[in-house]
Order: sequence, then C-alpha cells, then structure tokens
Amino acid sequence: MIELVEPLRAGDRRALARLLTAVENEREGVQAALTALYPHTGHAWVIGLTGAPGTGKSSLVTELAKAYRAQGETVAILAVDPTSPFTGGAILGDRIRMRELSGDKGVFIRSMATRGSLGGLARATRDSIRLLDAAGFDRVMVETVGAGQSEVDIVRAAYTTIVIEAPGLGDDVQAIKAGILEIADVLVVNKADRPGVDSTVRALRNMLELGHPASREQMVAHHGKTMIAQEPTSSNHDFWLPPVLRTVATEGEGIGELVAAIEAHRHYLTQADRMHLLEQQHVEMELVDRVRDELVKQLFAVLPAETLRDVVNQVQSRSLDPQTAVNQLLAFQQVNVAK
Amino acid sequence: MTAIRVLIAKPGLDGHDRGAKVIARALRDAGMEVIYTGLRQTPEMIAEAALQEDVDVVGLSILSGAHMALVPRIRQEMDSSGLQDVALLVGGIIPDDDVNALHDMGVSAVFGPGTSTEDIVIHIRKLMDARQT
Repeated sequence: MIELVEPLRAGDRRALARLLTAVENEREGVQAALTALYPHTGHAWVIGLTGAPGTGKSSLVTELAKAYRAQGETVAILAVDPTSPFTGGAILGDRIRMRELSGDKGVFIRSMATRGSLGGLARATRDSIRLLDAAGFDRVMVETVGAGQSEVDIVRAAYTTIVIEAPGLGDDVQAIKAGILEIADVLVVNKADRPGVDSTVRALRNMLELGHPASREQMVAHHGKTMIAQEPTSSNHDFWLPPVLRTVATEGEGIGELVAAIEAHRHYLTQADRMHLLEQQHVEMELVDRVRDELVKQLFAVLPAETLRDVVNQVQSRSLDPQTAVNQLLAFQQVNVAK
Repeated sequence: MTAIRVLIAKPGLDGHDRGAKVIARALRDAGMEVIYTGLRQTPEMIAEAALQEDVDVVGLSILSGAHMALVPRIRQEMDSSGLQDVALLVGGIIPDDDVNALHDMGVSAVFGPGTSTEDIVIHIRKLMDARQT
C-alpha cells in the first residue's frame, strides 16, 4: 500500500481509489500509507451534509460542487449510504444525481457503504477524508443520511456541517431530530418551491432559538449576567447562530447564498483561536474513539469464546450481574496483556 | 471486512432502466455493494466512475442494439485508465451472433433476457474467486 502514497500525492486517481478501498477493507499495510500521508493533510475545507432521505442532499452537493468548480477549486465527494442489515449489500445511487459532475477531472466522487461495523465507520470516514485531503482537493464534502448516531459521528469530522430539510416531510417538529439540529452550522430548507416551506423555516428557527447552544449564549448577551444559568465560556460574547437558508437545488436557486454562508462560517472559525479549539476537540474525540475500538479488539482477541459464553450464561441465570461480569472480562484481558 | 463492488451502468441513449435496477437489487441482496450510475452514460463516464469507485466488476445494460459500438469503446476507456483487471459484463437484448464477438472484445459474460439473477451472482463470485488465486 505504501507504494501508492507517491502516486496519490502526484494526483493519480487510481492510487487514491485503491487506497480508499484499502481503508474501507482495513487492509493490512494501509496504516503505513496513512502515517506517511498524515503530515500532508489539513489543506481541504471539510463540509459535512446530512438530512433525511429525499431532502435533496445529492442534488445540493452537486450544485455546491459546480459552484466551487466555477471558482477554480477542486472538489472531492464522499457519499455514504447505509448497508442492508439483512444481506450486507448496498445500492449506492448518489452518482445518479451527480451526473453533471462526471467528466470533470477536478471532481472525485466516491460512494461508501456503512457496512454496519461497530465504530469502524467513523474511522473509515475520517481516514477517507484524509486521503482525499492529502490528494490535494480544496473541498471535501461528506454526504450522509441523517438517521442516527453514526451519521452524527460522521459529520463531526467536518469543519462546517450543513443540515438539510425539506417541506412536507410530515410533522415539522417530528421531522427534526434535536441531535441532528444541534450539530448544524448551516440549515438548509431545500425544495423551497414546494408548499409548506414557510412553516418548515419557522419551525427550524423556533427550534434553533430554543435549543441551539449558540442561542443560549445569545440569551446571555441579551439579558445580562444575572440571568445566566451557565458560565460564560469566554469574555467575548460573539457566537455563530446557524442561518436558515432556502434552496431549490434542481434549479440552482439559493446556492450562492449557501456558498456565502459556508464561507462566513469558515471565516468565523478562522478568527481568534476557534479553529485551533475545534481541531483540538476533533482530535481528542477521534483518539478516544480509536482507543476504545482498539481496547475492545484486544480484549476479544484474547478472550476465548467459551469464556464469554460462560459469563453470558451466568448473567442470564441471574448468578452474576452485568457490571461484575464486565469487571471479570476486563480482568481477563489485563492478565493476558501483562503476560 | 471486504465486499464485492459492482458498477451498474446504462450506456447510450435508451431510457429503459428496469432491468438494470432489478440486477442492482439482486446483487445487493447477494451482499454486494452496487454503485448505480443511472441513464445515458458515455464510455468516458463509465470508465471514470469505475476508476473512482474502485469496482471489481462493471455491468452494462444495453437494450438499444448499440452494443457493438458501445462495448469496445467502454473496454478501451477502461483499459487506458488502468482497469484491465476489472471484469466487464453485458446484459440486455443481445443477438446470439454478437455474443462471441463481445467475448473477443474483452467481455467476460453476456446475459440475455430470461437469465436468472442467481446465474449472474454465481458468475461474479466465480470471477472473484479466480482473481484471488
């Protein structure tokens, strides 16, 4: 795998594609390549896009990519779709909407299935972003269905996170998951030519005012220190309140405003030491994730299957409680690692 | 964990993608990752998508009768992108007389109307096994 590092840096798309596969498959030897490439990362502005199925994520990504290409920037897109839990297979159809981008050598699109591995997805996504970054793309966009925690984890690798909604997806409040909303730096109501757009925008604004951490800071600024339930985080009270934008991706409407909002957010982050703090947070989160994965892997590598089964039986028959069982399993690993 | 990756593409101008979708679903149900590109793909688009997605197999669905013109161009584009080891399958309305010619052009199998999806799955699995050894 290490032999692909130089070609990747030189812009060889096949080398990039093969390394992406190696990361996904956790192939042996890929870590050496990642280690060699790590110093070359940090160039790309990473944008995460998430939203319910049918909100028009792929179309929006396509329009954004076109806008960046028009500015002379290169674009990589990582489109993540769920693997079927029953068959392990997946249909990855994001390229259908991205037809307009094919044939442009300044664009690289990769479809990725979630494969349902515990914790592995976030790692594969982060490493894939790094490969695309090291290959020199100016913008890396990660697109995923906003359905659960793993998707939230994916977009957490991004600098600017865009949450996409559409009118008419059912009850407005139900449609918006609080956890998804809280990660948004920019909110987009796509398909804004459809009926119901005003109430969706209003619902989002209301949710933001109630729930977004930034607007809590706003309360601080507006009502003075006596009313604060939380400690002020810094002496300056400026904050980022996510804008709510309207777009019609299929017509290219509102894309200019979206590009501007992403730039405004980027500008906000690069002010003061915010970017430094954000990256620090990202690194810490990633290291904790990786250590956890690694420890679990190490434990199950030394733990005989019959021991686990035995402990499961004991817990099931109420002769052992779950936490004591966990302590026993962990003790088993400590003994073996010490050996 | 590894998965067989397959690109399903419809080259040329015919707009009937029912067959391609049925195949995509059958391969998904067989545990493969299927990248579906949609209609009206040029040979260049197909080769570039196969390269970016690093697929093991490219499956073409052609109902327009233009296979003798399209297939060699697609194979050529793929080869010049360094994808000589990526298998090419063709499905659709293909007269028997053309099947051998397609094989000579570097097509690994041709599947006509009435093919069971299981046969296609078995063929792809065999290709993968042969490549591993």
